[in-house]
Amino acid sequence: MGEGKEISQEHERSEGLSFWLVGFCLLILLPLLNVLPETGSWLHVSDFTLNLFGKFLAFAILALGLDLIWGYTGILSLGHGVFFGLGAYAIGMYMMLSIGTESVYGSALPDFMVWNQVKELPLFWQPFHSPWFAVAAAVLVPTLFAALFGFLAFRSRIKGVYFSIITQALALSAWLVFNRNETNLGGTNGLTDFKTLLGFRLSEPGTQRGLYVVTVLCLGGAYLLCRWIIRSRTGKVLVAIRDSEQRVLFSGYSPANYKLFVFVVSAALAGLAGALYVPQVGIITPAQIGVLPSIEMVIWVAVGGRGTLVGAVVGSVGVNLGRSVLTNHFPELWPFFLGGLFIAVVLFFPEGCVGLVRKISGGWLSRKRTGDGLDKPVAASEPGSR
Amino acid sequence: MLLGLCSLWSSVGQVWAEESVAAPPPAAVEKALADLSSDDPSVQDAAVLTLIEQDDAGLLPRLEELRGNADRGLRMALKPAIDLLRNKNKLHSPDPNARRSAAADLAAIGKPIVVTWLEDARKAEPDRWVRYTIDESVNLIKLADPDPQVKIAAAAKLGELRSQNAIPLLTELAGETAPEAGGGTGQAEHMLVARAAKEAIEQIESWGSWTSAIETLFRGISLSSVLLLMALGLAIIFGLMGVINMAHGEFMMLGAYATFLTQECFKAYLPIGLFDYYFLLAMPGSFLVAGLFGLFLEATLIRFLYGRPLETLLATWGVSLILIQGARVVFGDLTSVVAPSWLSGGMQAMVGVQLPYNRLFIIALASLCVAGIYLLLFRTGVGLKVRAVMQNRDMSACLSIPTRKVDAYTFAFGTGLAGLAGCALTLIGNVEPGLGQNYIVDSFMVVVTGGVGKLAGTIVASLGIGGLNKLLEPSFGAVYGKVLILVLVILFLQRRPSGLFAIKGRHVES
Repeated sequence: MGEGKEISQEHERSEGLSFWLVGFCLLILLPLLNVLPETGSWLHVSDFTLNLFGKFLAFAILALGLDLIWGYTGILSLGHGVFFGLGAYAIGMYMMLSIGTESVYGSALPDFMVWNQVKELPLFWQPFHSPWFAVAAAVLVPTLFAALFGFLAFRSRIKGVYFSIITQALALSAWLVFNRNETNLGGTNGLTDFKTLLGFRLSEPGTQRGLYVVTVLCLGGAYLLCRWIIRSRTGKVLVAIRDSEQRVLFSGYSPANYKLFVFVVSAALAGLAGALYVPQVGIITPAQIGVLPSIEMVIWVAVGGRGTLVGAVVGSVGVNLGRSVLTNHFPELWPFFLGGLFIAVVLFFPEGCVGLVRKISGGWLSRKRTGDGLDKPVAASEPGSR
Repeated sequence: MLLGLCSLWSSVGQVWAEESVAAPPPAAVEKALADLSSDDPSVQDAAVLTLIEQDDAGLLPRLEELRGNADRGLRMALKPAIDLLRNKNKLHSPDPNARRSAAADLAAIGKPIVVTWLEDARKAEPDRWVRYTIDESVNLIKLADPDPQVKIAAAAKLGELRSQNAIPLLTELAGETAPEAGGGTGQAEHMLVARAAKEAIEQIESWGSWTSAIETLFRGISLSSVLLLMALGLAIIFGLMGVINMAHGEFMMLGAYATFLTQECFKAYLPIGLFDYYFLLAMPGSFLVAGLFGLFLEATLIRFLYGRPLETLLATWGVSLILIQGARVVFGDLTSVVAPSWLSGGMQAMVGVQLPYNRLFIIALASLCVAGIYLLLFRTGVGLKVRAVMQNRDMSACLSIPTRKVDAYTFAFGTGLAGLAGCALTLIGNVEPGLGQNYIVDSFMVVVTGGVGKLAGTIVASLGIGGLNKLLEPSFGAVYGKVLILVLVILFLQRRPSGLFAIKGRHVES
């Protein structure tokens, strides 16, 4: 993981270039290919594909946050599913309420409450009538929760695997709690059957296209934010914490504060990802926030290449693409594949795809002894090329 | 017809007393059997009565046969007779459990006639707990006696016996209003009965709170020992090698499936009489299977990852995914292991407290494992080497301790322990691919709370977490109890960041 220290000037320039290139592809080209060509044309991108990509890119936002805390700061959180879930449930609750009397039972209450014989809307559901409150909550609730949890954890210097285990226990607890019916969060079935978002019908392709565009914009924003953090002084301290926390402490910094900061940022990004995920997929259940999904998120980052922001995006799109292809065709094989991926990434390419590409291109460059072609191989690893 | 039966039963006692002097000749039995198929209910009832009075075991098969092809009315008439006779026979069965349940069933039928049978049986009864149940049954029946004095005595006796089963009847007695036409003495006696019943209830209930406390404690210890069995292996592997073995639960699953396979082999290839001993073979078998697989995993995966705990966490998680899915493909979703007969049932420790043998066995196994590990680590040359590598790997290597070998064998030992834990778990639950997942997070919490590298920490933490789990469960429910424990662990780590028994020293952690 030594590369992080010596990002060369060329690398930075090439990253900037590829950022705009990929951004253009995702933001303008893909939706255009969805709208303009005839259905059936080889250029046409179906609504389904666009929606799928929207989902993957929402995951990529989360992966960016996870990369910030794991790849750059060296803290492995196995509980990011919880923050993702908090954001997802916040938006889900708003959409649940906006169904109104269109629901199966025709009641203003969400269906599962009718089912559970809840007569009155619980107090904590009340503010979710307002979409803006829901959006704010989707980011702020995970943020505050992470701040509290992180404060307790980092203050007592829980670190390394201890932190991972504690966050995994957090994921398990959250899963257990969200599964209960009496918490009024929909139990095992979660929140689903959404109809509209801000008055737009979710079944319309136009709405989904809009959501996709919003997701891409958010991803771009998240990417810029993360890049800004990494290039700032704070970012340098974060990497220093990863490489030797003791030395950072002895140099007069307080690692706990920096760790708390980065944990909170990544939780907020996870919440945002959850908020963007739910309207595109149309369901959120406890099964998506438990121990297994939380650790799967880590593998996205690992596959893409921890310690590089591009890697996080590449990994989350790549792994999820593989997942949707494999689970479609060979459902029993997916766990084997995922398990193999965990092992292979750790054993054979700890720096992920990006590291692999860099190594290959590095070897190629050193043979050619020229710096001109530097940005090409990096650009080739961008999600747009998939 | 039913009403007729009821009135008949109440007179059975008297009839019994008269008739027992001279037993009716077999001809009477034949007549009664013939009368059974009569259309007249009263003739039928009288016949049933006669049959019951026949203290003849040979009658039962005939009655059963009769019931098999009788109509509904006759079956109803025959049922009490058959139940009584059957349970009466069972009172002399060689199996104490059968005798106990027979006594309890006779009380449930509740006919005064059985009192004499029970008292007869009690005289010859060697088993203390069967005698207890007989006493309980006798007094339960007496509680319905018309004589208030007998009632009071029975209530007092039941109170002394702390009989939980008596509570419904006693509550009924205590709450009964005095009969209007009873007159002065009737009123007073009724009051006395009600008071005796109330006192007995109080006595029983105060005992009940004790026994439930003891049972909670027992359940806590039982869960703790399961956690301990798991956490021991984890703690050794983590403490020695800094490896987080997320597949530990799956090694447990391997052990459980090894047990299952042993059972199937015994079923298929060995005489049925030997079946009960399969578990004795399954225990070392599951240890070996899991241990060998651990050795294999160490050689192919773990040894490349020493010094990188987070990577081992991810890689072993991958292994666990593969193992779970592999087990699902091979074995399907759910299989179960039949506990050997010597581990079924339970030990009656005191009135109202029954300790299941399988749980006791797990507790004993966990204690044995702890003792064995202590001996191994602190009293043998191998243990010395293991501890040396644990404390200072480089220095140990300089002193010609084969650290690689020590690592490999320790990992295998730890996974073998997990296999043994899995074998023990088959006694209390199903065997399924996701078996290990249920315990893995909890046992990691135990390791974290206990502190790494100290077995005492693991033991205390598993007792604490297991006990707390069962303590919180009744009042908070299983889910919130678990959440609360997480909160408590986090708060606890505020004060002791490196667990209960951290290795003291000034070394800077890497």
